[in-house]
Amino acid sequence: MKARVHVTLKNGVLDPQGKAIGHSLNRLGFPEVGDVRQGKFIELELAETDKAKAKARLEDMCKKLLANTVIENYSIELVG
Amino acid sequence: MKAAILVFPGSNREGDVAQAIELVTGRKPAMVWHGDGDFEKTDLIVIPGGFSYGDYLRCGAMAAQSPVMAEVKKRAAQGVPVLAICNGFQIAAEAGLLPGVLMRNAHLKFVCSDVHLKVETSQSLFTNRYQAGQVIKVPVAHAEGNYFADADTLKRIEDRGQVAFRYCAPDGTVNGIGNPNGSIQNIAGVFNEAKTVMGLMPHPENAVEAMFGGVDGKPLFEGLVEALS
Repeated sequence: MKARVHVTLKNGVLDPQGKAIGHSLNRLGFPEVGDVRQGKFIELELAETDKAKAKARLEDMCKKLLANTVIENYSIELVG
Repeated sequence: MKAAILVFPGSNREGDVAQAIELVTGRKPAMVWHGDGDFEKTDLIVIPGGFSYGDYLRCGAMAAQSPVMAEVKKRAAQGVPVLAICNGFQIAAEAGLLPGVLMRNAHLKFVCSDVHLKVETSQSLFTNRYQAGQVIKVPVAHAEGNYFADADTLKRIEDRGQVAFRYCAPDGTVNGIGNPNGSIQNIAGVFNEAKTVMGLMPHPENAVEAMFGGVDGKPLFEGLVEALS
């Protein structure tokens, strides 16, 4: 089974990299771009067929390593 | 005082802090590899600066989960003092030994310069040789030193006096000018609740000999020796 994890900064946490990306896009002729938030995308292959079990294990992985929950949120998506 | 210095793949200030400790104790500290789940008992554990595990995922995130850190957490819980410098601070925060987190510098640039710090308290193992309010000059070298904690945590650490150092102007004024990285409330270093663990982004170990630009970091190590010998 494949899993996709998105890690994003929580609302209210300053994202200077997102801001820099936004400014660059504005300068490149995309004035419609407003607030930009950037994050991480992690794809994992899992030796697990049970979706519920996989989800629970992924939650654990996110809390232990993949995200720092002081500043980040995570979302988990199971694929096939 | 017997000290152990942790070494991760990518650590690079372990030699500097070993020299600083040897300078004040006359004893070579033990160097402990990250894969070692057990190491000799020491009076102090130091987590040095560098780029452990290439700063992959988040600074300090991988190192925080290494075998040696499981043992450090155990000993810290028993009250063994831990000094966490720069990348060490990031590791200790990721490991939950210290509150908050170190984020990318607000201006997105690596900062390498001397900074001024205001000592917030002399009531700790680490700061007993300083006066509260004293201004010291030490170097910083980091890209992720922007201290952040949520509002509740921030209030709690401020109320409990867990801020060790704040970035300030040379005259001691705590303002934006003295802040090299955007840290919330100019926080440069914090304690755990029991004040037995201290993390800071600046490098006191690089300010212990006059010929290398200053000695303002030396009292930190002398104070530890006094408290732990």
